[in-house]
Amino acid sequence: MNIRVTVAAFAATVALPFAAAHATDLEVTHWWTSGGEAAAVAELAKAFDATGNKWVDGAIAGSGDVARPIMISRITGGDPMGATQFNHGRQAEELIENGLMQDLTEVAEKEHWKDIIRPSSLLDACTKDGKIYCAPVNIHSWQWMWLSNAAFEKAGVAVPKDWYEFEAAVPALQKAGIVPLAVGGQSWQSKGAFDVMAIALAGIDTWKKVYIDKDAEAARGPEFAKVWAAAAKAREWSKDTKVQDWNQATNMVITGKAAAQIMGDWAQGEFQVAGQTAGKDYTCLPGLGVNEVISTGGDAFYFPKQKDAEKTKAQMVLASTLLSKETQVAFNLKKGSVPVRGDVDLASANDCMKKGLDILAKGNILPDSNQTFSPDTQNALQDVIVQFWNTPSITPEDAQKQFADIVAQAD
Amino acid sequence: MADTLRIEGAVTPEGPHGRKPRRALSRRNIMIYGVLLLAAFYYILPLYVMVVTSLKGMPEIRLGNIFSPPVEITFEPWVKAWSEACTGLNCDGLSRGFWNSVLITVPSVLISIAVASINGYALANWRFKGSDVFFTILIVGAFIPYQVMLYPMVIILRELGIYGTLAGLIVVHTVFGMPILTLLFRNYFTSLPEELFKAARVDGAGFWGIYLHIMLPMAVPIMVVAMILQVTGIWNDFLFGVVFTRPDYYPMTVQLNNIVNSVQGVKEYNVNMAATILTGAVPLAVYFFSGRYFVRGIAAGAVKG
Amino acid sequence: MTNTAPEGRRTGLTRNLAAKIATLPMIATALVVFLGGTIWTVVYSFTNSKLLPKLNFVGLAQYRRLWSTERWLVSVDNLMIYGICMLILSLVIGFVLAALMDQKIRFENVFRTIYLYPFALSFIVTGLVWQWILNPEFGVQKVVRSLGFTDFIFDPLYDQQIVIFGILIAAVWQGTGLIMCIMLAGLRGIDEDIWKAARVDGIPTWKTYVFIIIPMMRPVFITALVLIGSAIVKVYDLVVAQTGGGPGIASEVPAKYVYQVMFTAQNLGQGFAASTMMLIPVIILVIPWAYLEFSGKRRHG
Repeated sequence: MNIRVTVAAFAATVALPFAAAHATDLEVTHWWTSGGEAAAVAELAKAFDATGNKWVDGAIAGSGDVARPIMISRITGGDPMGATQFNHGRQAEELIENGLMQDLTEVAEKEHWKDIIRPSSLLDACTKDGKIYCAPVNIHSWQWMWLSNAAFEKAGVAVPKDWYEFEAAVPALQKAGIVPLAVGGQSWQSKGAFDVMAIALAGIDTWKKVYIDKDAEAARGPEFAKVWAAAAKAREWSKDTKVQDWNQATNMVITGKAAAQIMGDWAQGEFQVAGQTAGKDYTCLPGLGVNEVISTGGDAFYFPKQKDAEKTKAQMVLASTLLSKETQVAFNLKKGSVPVRGDVDLASANDCMKKGLDILAKGNILPDSNQTFSPDTQNALQDVIVQFWNTPSITPEDAQKQFADIVAQAD
Repeated sequence: MADTLRIEGAVTPEGPHGRKPRRALSRRNIMIYGVLLLAAFYYILPLYVMVVTSLKGMPEIRLGNIFSPPVEITFEPWVKAWSEACTGLNCDGLSRGFWNSVLITVPSVLISIAVASINGYALANWRFKGSDVFFTILIVGAFIPYQVMLYPMVIILRELGIYGTLAGLIVVHTVFGMPILTLLFRNYFTSLPEELFKAARVDGAGFWGIYLHIMLPMAVPIMVVAMILQVTGIWNDFLFGVVFTRPDYYPMTVQLNNIVNSVQGVKEYNVNMAATILTGAVPLAVYFFSGRYFVRGIAAGAVKG
Repeated sequence: MTNTAPEGRRTGLTRNLAAKIATLPMIATALVVFLGGTIWTVVYSFTNSKLLPKLNFVGLAQYRRLWSTERWLVSVDNLMIYGICMLILSLVIGFVLAALMDQKIRFENVFRTIYLYPFALSFIVTGLVWQWILNPEFGVQKVVRSLGFTDFIFDPLYDQQIVIFGILIAAVWQGTGLIMCIMLAGLRGIDEDIWKAARVDGIPTWKTYVFIIIPMMRPVFITALVLIGSAIVKVYDLVVAQTGGGPGIASEVPAKYVYQVMFTAQNLGQGFAASTMMLIPVIILVIPWAYLEFSGKRRHG
């Protein structure tokens, strides 16, 4: 027996009980509490618990607006959780700059995140000064419109294949007493719907000028005027929604009370929970059927720095668990989102998810507005849009001007 | 019986003032009871809606109107709210947070009242140079929105090394309860006969002696008021409960928020309402049982300031 | 500390030493938390702090931006409307109910409990229940329509013009019971002889209330004002639970603006500027009043 083997054997006997005895509790905060979301989180917890550690769930309902202050207070207060969800993008930028976040580069290199995470822009969003600070778990794309087949049948029109056909079908829908477009009252929903319309109707080049290059002239231009004109119509069509939460609005589509909703792919989880089948009960139109793209927003886990070395170790285990093939598949099937690695088998994916994967494979990818604008700018833009959406007296021209003024000062 | 009578009589220092009611159906009485009943209708309506809704099944809620009594009474929503409703992975409903709420409320109420009563006593009987300045700052502090103080508070607790602990949360509740409570105690102690204090001083009693042996026993009515205010405030607190603790200590309101805000497809209004009543049950019980002392205490404390 | 009266002319730090030590928590709270926190907030309102506080001064930029932000302007308007209505309604309803309760009525305990119980419920709960009663598809509107008035419209929470009054309905419901109790307690503290004298002089009841009783209840009104006023400035949870600030931004309030700007928009500097603006009226109104009210002319001084 040579010495290396002896050492290895010794290390193994020591290390094994060591790892088992120190099952570490790791508190994970997130805001995934709707039906489909909770089922997806359960998959993550199951996978992490299987490593001998324990996932302590810290769910805070009420979307990121409620949960984020709590997360930030906890981190700056010096009592950080083990891991926390953020939308990847610029939300955690400053926490990283201040050295409050754990550097994951080691795990990332060992497990070749650079090679497996696709598109690579996802990892770039986690990278700061060459170091990796977050583990992306899914790709969420806002670029979908969900249609209720039953609603269109009731109105006696064919299920539209793009925004313009939808527009043509609206009078028939209204006659049948169906709300053409469901948009919940929470302000991020009208902002998101608007962003989707911007890509579809102003065209990808104009969108890039405004959302990436922050070109105020483009935001004032005729291409964007089209978006605002369409938003004015959508405002009219959605005025009878009268619900607050996004999944209540989705539920209107599921039950056929509303014909359509512009919402990200997470809405799919709700259709699944309700037992509906893509293609049969509902139809999905990526990019409103006009410009078929996927925007790569999504969720990522960040790992605040811990004092306890055991916790840090557990954090690394969690980071690697989140990106394992099995977890990626199990989680994303439940969540309705697309896995971040390209080498997993998604045979069980449904119609809509396959459409998304196709578009992704073709490389029709755009960044999410969370990645291009700071939270501050996002918030200001959201103000303009939500106010426009709820105030019929604001003309599209006025709103366009306000919007462009903010783009001019954007950071 | 004699006991109840005595308490009835002692409800107020003076008793009601209106004229003795003569005939049951005088115009005056119709008007008084009419207004009172009308107001009572407005106050009771939401409770009625909550209770009725919590006893209905979802299909009935979707079809019927919210004011109609349940056709088929079900306790399912109550069971679900208490022990089954999910937030994230934890599907044990409100029961999860109940003891945490108790654990937070009891020490916070006791400590905040102890501190505030000493403040009030010192401000009423042992004024020193600057004491009014501190008190004024405190009263102004009552008007500062909690959101503004969130960040400084996080920093202060971090520097004290108690951020994220139960002790930290108790400090927060003590600090933010202090302005109103101190005002109440100060007014109360000021209203007590000055001779009591002077006589004790002549007998050689000091600051703590007078507080423990004379003032504290006399302060029971105002203690009840302070207790009611604090139990309500702390039990219902959501913001501090989540910001200054960790999930092991999350109070019931966090679960309530999670149940109410995490919708699984359709909003389960019946479960929401049951959860609402269950969460409010403790302060409600405190009110039902001590409402009369409440008025009596305020009468003693706030009136003669 | 033998039998010297506390107002004895001993000077220096040792005077009332026990009292000073006993009130250290209060002094610390006043100086460190309230005063310190306020100064801290004001200082950082002149910086461009984003997610974490940083001393990177930008002068008045945050204030200029604040006052050109539509949402802040809306929230200030809302707070004024809400504040004035809430103040008047609380005092009037509270006083009238208390005066009626003071008429030797039967079932006083029952009525009092009914008026007071909403105060035991949190704003989250209050917001939720009223959101529901005011929901046009489930609540009052539907019921009235089902009675045959098919054109009846009552959806305050979905109408930008009146949404703040929808919130007011819930706030009054939650808060007036406490004010009523305080008023009732105040009325009970009035000497019976005053009523007798007024009756003998033939002064009408309403005149007795307005010109004699109310002025005598000054401390009660002050306690009520502090309670109502501090609740108005802080209104936040109720709005979040009932409307989330909507429809659009029509029911925004300053406390919510502060919170959202600080934590959602991650622009602390802006949030602190808004906080400072909220503090200014409080300081202008409350400090002189509180100082007059709580200092001087008291015994043992």
